[in-house]
Amino acid sequence: MAQQLSAAKEPNAEQIAEQKLYKQMGVTDDEYARICGFLGRKPNYVEIGVFSVMWSEHCSYKNSKPVLRRFPTTGPRVLMGPGEGAGVVDIGDNQAVVFKIESHNHPSAIEPYQGAATGVGGIIRDIFSMGARPVALLNSLRFGRLENDRVRYLFEHVVSGIAGYGNCIGIPTVAGEVMFDESYEGNPLVNAMCVGLIDHDKIQKGVAKGVGNPVFYVGPATGRDGIHGATFASEELTAESEAKRPAVQVGDPFMEKLVMEACLELIDSGIVLGIQDMGAAGLTCSSAEMASKAGNGIELYLDRVPQREEGMTPYEMMLSESQERMLYVIRPEHEAQARAIFDRWGVICAKVGKVTDDGRLKLFHHGELVGDMPVGALVDECPVYNPASQEPAYYRENAAIDTLRYPEAANLTETLRRILASPTVASKEWVYNQYDSMVRTETFVRPGSDAAVVGVPGTRKALAMTTDCNGRYVYLDPAVGGRIAVSEAARNIVCSGALPLAVTDNLNFGSPEKPDIFWQLEQATEGMAEACRALETPVIGGNVSLYNENAKGAIYPTPVVGMVGLVEDVDHITTQGFKAEGDIVLLLGDTKAELGGSELQYVLHGVTEGRPPELDLAVERALQQAVLEAIRGGLVASAHDLSEGGLAVALAESCISGGGIGASVALETELRPDVALFSESQSRILLSARPDKADALQELLAARGVPCRAIGTVGGSELRITVNGKEGVRSDVAQLEKAWKEAIPCYMK
Amino acid sequence: MKGDRVMKFAVLVFPGSNCDIDCYKAVESTIGQPVDYVWQTSTDLSAYDAILVPGGFSYGDYLRCGAIAQFAPVMGALKQAAEDGKYILGICNGFQILTEARLLPGALLRNKALKFRCHSAKLRVVNNETPFTRDYAENELIDIPIAHGEGNYYCDEATLKELQANRQIVFRYEAGNNPNGSVDDIAGICNRAGNVVGMMPHPERAVHELLGSADGKRMFTSILNAWRERSGAAVIGG
Repeated sequence: MAQQLSAAKEPNAEQIAEQKLYKQMGVTDDEYARICGFLGRKPNYVEIGVFSVMWSEHCSYKNSKPVLRRFPTTGPRVLMGPGEGAGVVDIGDNQAVVFKIESHNHPSAIEPYQGAATGVGGIIRDIFSMGARPVALLNSLRFGRLENDRVRYLFEHVVSGIAGYGNCIGIPTVAGEVMFDESYEGNPLVNAMCVGLIDHDKIQKGVAKGVGNPVFYVGPATGRDGIHGATFASEELTAESEAKRPAVQVGDPFMEKLVMEACLELIDSGIVLGIQDMGAAGLTCSSAEMASKAGNGIELYLDRVPQREEGMTPYEMMLSESQERMLYVIRPEHEAQARAIFDRWGVICAKVGKVTDDGRLKLFHHGELVGDMPVGALVDECPVYNPASQEPAYYRENAAIDTLRYPEAANLTETLRRILASPTVASKEWVYNQYDSMVRTETFVRPGSDAAVVGVPGTRKALAMTTDCNGRYVYLDPAVGGRIAVSEAARNIVCSGALPLAVTDNLNFGSPEKPDIFWQLEQATEGMAEACRALETPVIGGNVSLYNENAKGAIYPTPVVGMVGLVEDVDHITTQGFKAEGDIVLLLGDTKAELGGSELQYVLHGVTEGRPPELDLAVERALQQAVLEAIRGGLVASAHDLSEGGLAVALAESCISGGGIGASVALETELRPDVALFSESQSRILLSARPDKADALQELLAARGVPCRAIGTVGGSELRITVNGKEGVRSDVAQLEKAWKEAIPCYMK
Repeated sequence: MKGDRVMKFAVLVFPGSNCDIDCYKAVESTIGQPVDYVWQTSTDLSAYDAILVPGGFSYGDYLRCGAIAQFAPVMGALKQAAEDGKYILGICNGFQILTEARLLPGALLRNKALKFRCHSAKLRVVNNETPFTRDYAENELIDIPIAHGEGNYYCDEATLKELQANRQIVFRYEAGNNPNGSVDDIAGICNRAGNVVGMMPHPERAVHELLGSADGKRMFTSILNAWRERSGAAVIGG
């Protein structure tokens, strides 16, 4: 009865057409006409619902496909590029690394704990649905300024949502980044990345193979949560978004742990023909994509779908984004074997459909055909848009601004202390101490260094991993900012002793329907693609999150780069902290007067303006290759990438991470002292080396054409920097550490 | 080892356990003794000389940490093993399970700061005369990581006096660095007989320099040596 009542409330095909109800689901008039064409009739309520999520930006990439095509996606090590749940890269010895990043920005803006938690849950499913064992999590976060109450609320609960999910499921959260800028107020970014390991012969695909084979549903029962989540993620946040809180899903990491263990055991048994997680657009997307990839069709018997509530309609079941669910296909004769595995783990498993040969997604409910759509139209026929693109006025205006127009910073020690206490630069211990970063006992470099390093069990190899993106640079010049994001990620990987392998990207932008935003997207992806080619790090998968806007406008364009590298031997692992008294400090690369988008500019003058630092990819490549060669040759004691806050901050961090050891540095420069210390020129790395190795190191760098200067020595308990013989910075490392460590806890008390 | 019988270890596995693999690897890498995973439905632990109850979120920590695990079928066998004097080590969620099952006194409450905390911690070896700590020096300061949201050990005044009087406090957090607000800075305790230990810090995460500390290794050598001594075999170097 309840079901009839509920179904009776649904409009029929005529009403949908007359009242243009499809518009509420984000379907345009043209798209609606196209759908009618594919069906040869008007779609009913469940059909228009299914089309609307499949044709949302989140699932179809209809606005971003043209720019995504710019990325290089192949390489000698790439076993699987974009298209499946996650990309796969060879690491030798029949092993591969699987990784992907995904956003959960909109849900986190409305319901931060569950939004962030289910973001983590979703990306983990993408990894284990490939057959890989998840071994590490990372996350890249952006918030407004911490002075704002709502921002602190979002920050606090996003972090505890990530912790709550990752800690419980037993996958270490090993790295990430957090930046704060008013540009993200009201629209925080929550990007979660998962890394897994797999043997080559175990790689799975989401395909519905074999006509007549049964289709199984695994995981908790389907509820009414997250309905239209993918559509919600494809529009701008408004005052009404709060009312869409029910579109946010609720996570259960314990359930996911059971589903994960059971699925990995099932895959290990060798009987799985195809498996895919139910992420965005739940049952709809997983069934349609699995059928499409195999060139088959699927029939679903919706009354067999486990249901959490009574009277759920086909529409609700198809569009629900209830979490921790998977879909798989096996041969009928293996059903009992599969069932035994799920029974032992106490996980629900139901036969909900079968593979057909007619290329259609057919939905049955209590024996009645309630939906019938061509799979090809759902998956491949969404119109692709080429939105208008226009260079915004701000771009040219900024290019003309002289970043040296502010007076010279008078007290350099105090300036350093202020920048260290700026939340973007400050220690993120408050964040990562809430994450279990060590479970699985393979975490060799914990959060807080340039990149985390996680061992490959049973080998001498390890994986280095990081996420990076400075949205301020991308805003000021998207092409340069895109190059920097990729280059800096790779530089972090190299500084930890690893060879950069590949990229997963998360393109967080405003509305692509605005020409200046689409211009940002085009420029940024072009810059990223150039860097990926130059550094030989193809893009193997990723995610696009558009419509990141609020009342005040779009966020800074933030194409987050997740990167994984291979440490050939654990002896090569290098960290940023200074190691021993007497070690020589070397600065690699050239420092120029580049303050545009810098932390100095933001902290002292409250602006983000001018040109961002330039980046020459040939120079960057030479630097990275030489440093990796030096590390592998055993010449390097510590390595640290120069980024926000420039040389002074890098020196302070190497002292603090070195357990509070000091350093004495003398700079000779033609730049203004504050510029020399805080410029954010790219392609620079701070190294330290034992005195008996320093000469060999400098020779190697010179031979590779990398600019290198010995600027000081490690020792004592003070950081002392002179500029052209005059005292610049002088402070106990302990004082600097205090400013750096206490900044975020102080806001969060 | 001159034909000595090997010491057999069991690592219990509940739905939601997630330090089971780490405990298994630690036994293998530190003392090379045979070790099995034992699923929670097993009712016989008689084949094992030592039983590790690992960390994690058994049953999702629903209701209360360890509260559901105490009713798992394997718990009867675990209690029998405790009575038989076998060595039982509960780590983190394992400690919570042992207190819920009343194999150890007291309870673990939410951390005083109400947040999960994961980092290195300095522990003082208070009692080095247990089978689990004999390879440490008395009062030695060791570096063992913690990772918990509910590690705030609590017991009433009378129980605390008993723990102190019977030397049942095995580890304390270094004074001034108690991460969770536990009574008397307690990080780990043992039962009266000394064969059951529960601790919040994770010795299995500190068994190799690459992990940041190898101080946990000697817990495993201690257990092996205690067992060998009891069965009249030669002990190994610490």
